[in-house]
Amino acid sequence: MALNISISAEPVARLFGLTITNSLLTGWIVTAILAVSVYLFSKQIKTKGAPSRLQSAIEFIIETLYGVVESIAGSVKAKRFFPMVGTLFIFILFSNWSGLIPGLAAIGLREELQGVSVLIPFWRAPTADINTTLALGLITMIMVQVYGYQYLGFKYFKKFFDFSNPINFFVGILELVSDFSKIISFTFRLFGNIIAGEILLLVMGLIVPILGPTPFIALEIFVGFIQALVFMMLASVFINMATLGHGDEHHE
Amino acid sequence: MDSNTIIGLTIAIGGIAPAIAIGLIGSKAVEAIGRNPEAASKIQSNLILGFAFAEAIAIYALVVALILKFV
Repeated sequence: MALNISISAEPVARLFGLTITNSLLTGWIVTAILAVSVYLFSKQIKTKGAPSRLQSAIEFIIETLYGVVESIAGSVKAKRFFPMVGTLFIFILFSNWSGLIPGLAAIGLREELQGVSVLIPFWRAPTADINTTLALGLITMIMVQVYGYQYLGFKYFKKFFDFSNPINFFVGILELVSDFSKIISFTFRLFGNIIAGEILLLVMGLIVPILGPTPFIALEIFVGFIQALVFMMLASVFINMATLGHGDEHHE
Repeated sequence: MDSNTIIGLTIAIGGIAPAIAIGLIGSKAVEAIGRNPEAASKIQSNLILGFAFAEAIAIYALVVALILKFV
């Protein structure tokens, strides 16, 4: 049985010498849909009187998310981190779920690949591509450094480069390595979960084509949500740890 | 051993330790919620974080297996 599984995203078009892969295309579509719906929604926000049902629903979701970040970072810091980590959550959530829409993966072009005719779909979840998750991990860890610098100033970088004694110097090297390993951890956790889900759905569809994948789609909706939540929580934990000075850590 | 066996072993052995870890985290969290139900929301957020760190190990093994299989 021929199962066409590709770990990397397939190129579908070229634009001014830039290769456009199907996950990049889907990422743009997801971003566009989110941006347009946010724009349309922001025009009908009411600050006076009873809010509409849509506004109540969205406020409930945002307040729940804010509560999660607040429980990690505290109310003062959560106000500053939330726009960033909340956006990460929403983008990752809809990226994960975009790969689960049935039927869209069947639309594509047939191409000869190593003598075999395979279907190159136009649609692929953005987070099922390691480049997207690496970008998200890099953005998060760079923002961790930025927030750390904002809160502690140059004292923040003393965590990495401390020449006061040999032990502190070595601990600084460990901190540096641990920050790079966090990027790798973010990247592979999200990518591995989503690609594993896609492969699971493909294999289940091959074994039991009718109604077989349905419970697994439900499972993948749950996994997509949990992974987005985990990404947001880890990002806020790392940001919160970076903003705590060396001295404050013991008081908590 | 042929390559498919090795790929199967990669994820099978790589899944043992995270499975034990997730079981321990889950059992301790349930125990803690049973002792102190008011702290459930705090325990839950730490529970999910612990799951995420333990699960990452299994995901590494999975990614290695996938790379061996398909690349």
